[in-house]
Amino acid sequence: MKNSKKRILFGEYIVGSGLAAALKLKPKEVVNEVKKSELRGRGGAGFPTGLKWESAAVQKADQKFIICNADEGEPGTFKDRLLLMEHPGKILEGMAIAGYAIGAHHGIIYLRGEYVYLKKGIEERIDHMKATNLLGDKILGKRFNFDVEIRLGAGAYVCGEEFALIESLNGRRGEPRNKPPFPTEKGYLDKPTVVQNVETLCYVPYIIANGAEWFRTHGTMKSTGTKLFSISGDVENPGVYEVELGITVRELLEMVGAKDTKAVQVGGASGICVSEKDFDKPIAFEGLPPGGSIIVFNHSRKMLHVLENFMEFFVEESCGQCTPCREGNYRLLEGVRLLKKGDCTVAYLRDLMELARVMQISSKCGLGQMSPNPFISIIENFKDEILYS
Amino acid sequence: MELIPIKINNKEIKVKKGTTILEAARQNDIRIPTLCNHPDLEVAGICRICVVEIEGMRNLQASCAYPIEHPISVKTYTEKVRKARRFNLDLILAQHYGECYSCVRNNNCELQSLAKEYGVNFYRFPHIKEPRYEIDDSSFALVRDPNKCVHCKRCIRTCLDLQEVGVLETAGRGYNVQVQTMLDRPLVELNCVYCGQCINRCPTGALHANDPSDWVWEAIDDPEKFVIIQTAPSPRAAIGEEFGLPAGTSVTGQLNTALRRMGFDRIFDTNFAADLTIMEEGSELLWRLEQKLVHGKDIKIPMITSCSPGWVKFAEHTFPELLDHLSSCKSPQQMFGAVIKTYYAQMAGIDPANIVTVALMPCAAKKFECNRPEMVDSGYKDIDYGLTTREMAGMIREAGLWLPELPKSDFDHPLGLGSGAGLVFGATGGVMEAAIRSVHLIVTGRQVPFKNMDVTPVRGMEGIREASITFENTLERYKFLEGVTLNVAVAHGIKNARQVIERVKSGEGNYHFIEIMACPGGCLGGGGQPIPTSPEIREARAQAIYAEDHMLPVRTSVENPEIQQLYKDFLGEPLGHLSHQLLHTHYTPRGRYTM
Repeated sequence: MKNSKKRILFGEYIVGSGLAAALKLKPKEVVNEVKKSELRGRGGAGFPTGLKWESAAVQKADQKFIICNADEGEPGTFKDRLLLMEHPGKILEGMAIAGYAIGAHHGIIYLRGEYVYLKKGIEERIDHMKATNLLGDKILGKRFNFDVEIRLGAGAYVCGEEFALIESLNGRRGEPRNKPPFPTEKGYLDKPTVVQNVETLCYVPYIIANGAEWFRTHGTMKSTGTKLFSISGDVENPGVYEVELGITVRELLEMVGAKDTKAVQVGGASGICVSEKDFDKPIAFEGLPPGGSIIVFNHSRKMLHVLENFMEFFVEESCGQCTPCREGNYRLLEGVRLLKKGDCTVAYLRDLMELARVMQISSKCGLGQMSPNPFISIIENFKDEILYS
Repeated sequence: MELIPIKINNKEIKVKKGTTILEAARQNDIRIPTLCNHPDLEVAGICRICVVEIEGMRNLQASCAYPIEHPISVKTYTEKVRKARRFNLDLILAQHYGECYSCVRNNNCELQSLAKEYGVNFYRFPHIKEPRYEIDDSSFALVRDPNKCVHCKRCIRTCLDLQEVGVLETAGRGYNVQVQTMLDRPLVELNCVYCGQCINRCPTGALHANDPSDWVWEAIDDPEKFVIIQTAPSPRAAIGEEFGLPAGTSVTGQLNTALRRMGFDRIFDTNFAADLTIMEEGSELLWRLEQKLVHGKDIKIPMITSCSPGWVKFAEHTFPELLDHLSSCKSPQQMFGAVIKTYYAQMAGIDPANIVTVALMPCAAKKFECNRPEMVDSGYKDIDYGLTTREMAGMIREAGLWLPELPKSDFDHPLGLGSGAGLVFGATGGVMEAAIRSVHLIVTGRQVPFKNMDVTPVRGMEGIREASITFENTLERYKFLEGVTLNVAVAHGIKNARQVIERVKSGEGNYHFIEIMACPGGCLGGGGQPIPTSPEIREARAQAIYAEDHMLPVRTSVENPEIQQLYKDFLGEPLGHLSHQLLHTHYTPRGRYTM
């Protein structure tokens, strides 16, 4: 068990030190350092950042792009907002380092429409960094140019999916594309593009400034570093916490002052909902999914109601392109309502569970692959309450 | 080309890098069912019916959208795959409102076939019992029933990618996602060109043509009415498909017998009117060239054909500034109507008020065309009803006739003789070929200098084709064309039409004459033709048309004796006063996005 007091993002940092260190290295060395750190994407999917960069770096193209995915939309998640508000410099520095590593000169922050009020602050930071030569032409006197612009999303949850985000930037309806080709081969404007979550980018300057080895002293063997969690629900001290990956649910609950807890939704609405028997499991890529949010429910909550809430969200937010997600989420929600009324047979519930598993493996993008998670986990973990009460 | 060794269902095969799993399977006779996939359209990968399992991957992959880059082992019917397919099919069926036996696509529906193939014998999920959406039958051409839509977006991809018209789009999200017209307005108010290509690619009955069969039957059943039908060449090369014959089987003779038995009073050949169109259009081209070259007048060159009503409507919406370039000639369908209700009525001694003219066309837009308010130059509605190939097949079946078993018979005469030139109108490049044959004969007194008179440079299925022909040893009357090279272009499909027009506008394309057909392959790929369609099917239909051309005694329009008779007895001369009155028309500038 690791102690959860070590911090990175909320620790000390000298502005520009990561970028300065990066520009002293060769791009390939920067990629290798990130690879060695074993940093994994903090947007939910957990793809190894170094591998993503490497894949984009080897592409030959006249233009490449770094996109910061600031379309935070998972219910209960607000950690990126905090970073965008309080640490925009680290995001921008992370983007510049990523740009240097893969050979991109242009960065785009895809900002969630509802976060428009943060735009001004970020723009001011961009201007300031240009003034101090941390962005713009010949950064820190080196032959590297990097510029960042902000683009606003129109408020669709699916646009957090990297291809839907890129389609949206391309001026089209925000819907996922088929992979392959991946964005690192053909992304924005069909050019190699790296899309990273806000939080992921924030770790990058630290990794380059302090080294991959230092970064790996945080977290677990397979899940290095710390992680921000937006913690809400039935807790005394909701908010954003930075903890080491590998922390158990129980430790987390203690930390935020949760009492009488019945269920914890780990990893956002599309994560999984655990009951008391799983509270000693670690939150890490090898354990419970470390998405952005933790929602705590005490014993006064009815799990079917909780589930209905999540499923309503997914029915609303599915882009409607592929069959399993468009129709499946609706059927799951309908099933939850039947359960609430006591009108769902066990046989039909079994069908719905199978449907949920079909959705997981046959949906086109992460939304449809993950949206059945709360359904499956709540039905499985709270079967007694759902079937016998 | 790099070959990659892969396994499908343990069978070892090698495929070209970039081949999709679906293509690889088909090349090896392994069936993977599809729904949103179509050979004419961009890959979508959205129905998730064609999913397969790839060894080492947790998730199933859409085989249509998975290009093979590395050696992989694919399984196409594991438990996971079958279950996913069945569930996804069940999900679609649950949302599909409408009963098979009252559907225009009964027995020719991809959803129905899939349900059969996958043993669907109950609704797994509660299925909708009431329609959710209004049916749009606002136009004469197309009917849209969103309740039968399966969200494969084949219609959208047809309208947006294949045709680049873009009337259809995705609206809404999640469960409420819908294929919608712009601002959800009825088709009749929009810049839909009624090509009907969306119909040909819809897997279900969500899109179909506006069917006037009942009115046609009513006219046949009415003893007062004299019902005359004209049949275009493309339906005759394709209608056999509706009766199980392979694509490219010409059934002109059998069709004539069927129509006669059904009670049509006269059966005429649209080729006759095609020849008439060429007489007028060829003359118009020569007139335009003379005005320009000899008299230096500001006459619009290139001249562009106007036989395809889908293309005409597109031009009216999109290039209203270029409408003077369109030939003022009506299409063969409409010319025929005007001639029947005047010349033929006089000759046969029938009151034109009692004549009902029906046109068997491969086309959805022809229904719109015959209802254009301009098309009443005979004093009556020139053509009363436009029937598609599919609708005619339905009427023949209703009459209890089985087309392939019928004896052959000829058209009625006069007005039943068409030349080979009129016939090739059915294929893309055909109007051009017919025009070149006639114009060359008129200008030089000799047949076109091509083997078998096949003007091969304008044939083929490339989107845009260009050709040139130089006039030599011209007749005295056409000395101004001596040594002049006629540059022509042919485009089929609206997307290609747009490109050709852009070439003209930019000055890059220096053409004298352009043929444009709204549909891929020309009329033989029309929106009223049997479903399914594919490049192979269209090619087969084209071959049927070209083969029939070779068998006809008359191969140019000017040599058609019945045409010569018509001018002698009635019209006088091409571009004459009566021709202008009956056979020519004008066009209407329309809005960019709306009517």
